[in-house]
Amino acid sequence: MLNIMSIKKKNAADAAAGGRSPKTSATKIRLQKDMDDLSNIPKTMTVSFPNPDDLFNFSLTITPDDGFYKGGVFRFSFKIKEGYPHEAPKVLCTQKIYHPNIDLEGNVCLNILREDWKPVLNINSVMIGLQYIFLEPNPDDPLNKEAAVVLNTNRTLFVQNVNKSMRGGIIGGVSYDNVLQ
Amino acid sequence: MEIDNPTSDWANRWRHPDVYLQRSGPYAVEGYMPGDELTEFIHSDDCKILVVGAGGLGCELLKNLALMGFKDIHVIDMDTIDVSNLNRQFLFRYKDVGKSKAEVASEFIMNRVSGCKVTPFFGKIQDKDEEYYSQFSIIICGLDSVEARRWMNATIIGMYDEEDPSTMKPIVDGGTEGFKGQSRVIIPRNTACYECSLDMQTKPVTFPICTIANTPRLPEHCIQYASLLLWPKSFPETKIDGDDPDHISWLFSEATKRADEFGIRGVTRTLTMGVVKNIIPAIASTNAIVAAATANEAFKLATSCAPIVNNYMMYVGDEGLYTYTFPLEKKPDCPVCGTESVKITISGGWKLQELIDLLLERPGTQLKRPSLRTSTKSLYMQSPKMLEEATRPNLEKLCSELFSSGDTVVVTDANLPISLQLVITFE
Ligand SMILES: [Zn+2]
Repeated sequence: MLNIMSIKKKNAADAAAGGRSPKTSATKIRLQKDMDDLSNIPKTMTVSFPNPDDLFNFSLTITPDDGFYKGGVFRFSFKIKEGYPHEAPKVLCTQKIYHPNIDLEGNVCLNILREDWKPVLNINSVMIGLQYIFLEPNPDDPLNKEAAVVLNTNRTLFVQNVNKSMRGGIIGGVSYDNVLQ
Repeated sequence: MEIDNPTSDWANRWRHPDVYLQRSGPYAVEGYMPGDELTEFIHSDDCKILVVGAGGLGCELLKNLALMGFKDIHVIDMDTIDVSNLNRQFLFRYKDVGKSKAEVASEFIMNRVSGCKVTPFFGKIQDKDEEYYSQFSIIICGLDSVEARRWMNATIIGMYDEEDPSTMKPIVDGGTEGFKGQSRVIIPRNTACYECSLDMQTKPVTFPICTIANTPRLPEHCIQYASLLLWPKSFPETKIDGDDPDHISWLFSEATKRADEFGIRGVTRTLTMGVVKNIIPAIASTNAIVAAATANEAFKLATSCAPIVNNYMMYVGDEGLYTYTFPLEKKPDCPVCGTESVKITISGGWKLQELIDLLLERPGTQLKRPSLRTSTKSLYMQSPKMLEEATRPNLEKLCSELFSSGDTVVVTDANLPISLQLVITFE
C-alpha cells in the first residue's frame, strides 16, 4: 500500500537535498530512439545534420532509383519541435520541384505529416512516406494542380515535364530548380 | 453554530470527511489505520499539496481541496486573469482582470475557508526545480496544454529514485475538453504515465493540406489556407502570434476572401482566432465534474481511506453520457517511465569506448548497439550514417573531455524498448 503519511515524514528531513543535473526531455529521448531506428534506411536516402548535437534540425536527401523522378536529388528539411511526437515533424522540400503533391513553396501533401499523424509513427515512417510519393505521385490529392492534371490526362507529357523540370527548365512560366547531380 | 475565531476549527467542522478517517469500512485499503492521526495529518503542513494550474479546473480543485480539509495548498500558474475567464473561473471578479490567477485564487480561498493556507506562485512550472517539487505529498494537475503536462510528468517521474521512497510523488491529473474529460492517477514507475498515453491525447485539428489548397469546404479550411499557405509566403520572417490583433485581422481578411471565392459561409473573427490559437471550448460543469473526481482521488491517496482509481477515468458527455474506468497499461518503450536510472562511478580518464564496453557487458540489459547522448551533446550515435561518422572520433576521447562528473547520459538501443539514464560520477 502506498502510504503518503509515512512517506511525507521521511521527506521532511531530506527536503533540502535535491538539485540534480538537468534531465533530458522526453522529446530528446524519443528523438534519440528515432535515430536508432534509421540504421537500415534504403541507400536512396541519406540524413545529414548541420550540427550533430542538435537532433531537432536535419535534412534528408532522396535519390529515387525508379519511377518518374529517377536521377534527381531531392532535399527536405526536417524541423522537430518540443511538442514532438504529439505534433508531427515539420517537413519542407527545399527546392522548387515539379510534383503533384509538392507546391512551389515546398509544402508536401503527405497524410501522415498532418491529419493522419500519430505519436506511434516516427521519423523513419515520414521518410518512407516521402520516398513513396516520388515513386507513386498521387494526382488525386494535388498541391500542384497543373502537374496533377497533366499526370491524369497525358502521362507522356508528364514524363517530359518532370525531366525538363529536373534539368532546371521552365514549365507554365515557372522556373524549376536543377536537381540533377 | 458560533464561530468566534475564524482561523480555528469549530465543532463538527470536519465531521463528514472524518466519517472516512475515523473508522474503517468494508472497502478500506488493506492495512488502513483510521484515527485522529490521519485527520491531523490532512490538516497539517506535513501534507502539502500542489495544484498546478489556477484556471477552470484549478479554481474548482482549490475550492474542493480546501473544503475537504487540506490546509497547506500551493498553487502555480503563469497566467493573468482575462475577461473571458470570468464565465467559469469563479474565484475571480471583474476587478481582478489583469492580475495573477494564482495570487487572486489563493487570496480568495484563504478569505473564504478559514484556517486554510494557500501559497501562490505566479510563474512557469519550468521556473521551479526538483527541490521545490520535492516538498509536496501529492501533485494535482489541472492544465490545458499537452506541453505543460508532459513537462510536469517527466519532472515528477524523473525525481523518483527507487532507493528513496520519499521521492515518490503521485500525480492526479484532470483534463477537460468541451463535454468530455478525464481524471487519472499516476504512481511514478508503477502505473502508466502521461507520456505512455500520448497517443490518446487530442491533437490540434489538422486538415489535409491539399484540401486546404484546392478543395476547401469548411470555414476552418479557409482560415488554415490563410495561416498555413499565405502567411509564410507574405511574411516569411514572422511567426503568427494568435494574441496579436493585427495578425488576426490579416488572417481574417484573407480567409474571408478565400471563403467568398468558394461560397463558404461561417468565417468570423472569433473562429479565426479559435483556429489559429487552437482554442478548445471549456464548459464550466465539465470542469466541476472532473475536478470533483480529481480532488476525491487526492483525498483517498493522502489518507488511504478508500481504494484509488485504477487508473484512468474517462468522462464522455458529448455522446449521451457514460464514464469508463480502465487500467491504462504502461508502455515498455515510454521515454519517461520506461527509462531505468542507473548510477555508476567510472574514471574520468576512461575513453568513451571503455564506457560503452562496460555497458555491453552489463548483465541484465542486453545492449548490442548503444547510442549515448547527454542532454545537449551527441556522444556516440549508431545511426544514421552521418551521425555515426560525426561522433565516431569521440570513442577515442576521454569521458572527462566529453561530459562532467554528475552528468546524466541517456543510452538507447534499437534492440531495446527501454532507455537507460546513467548518472555518471568520476572517481
Ligand atoms: Zn510512461
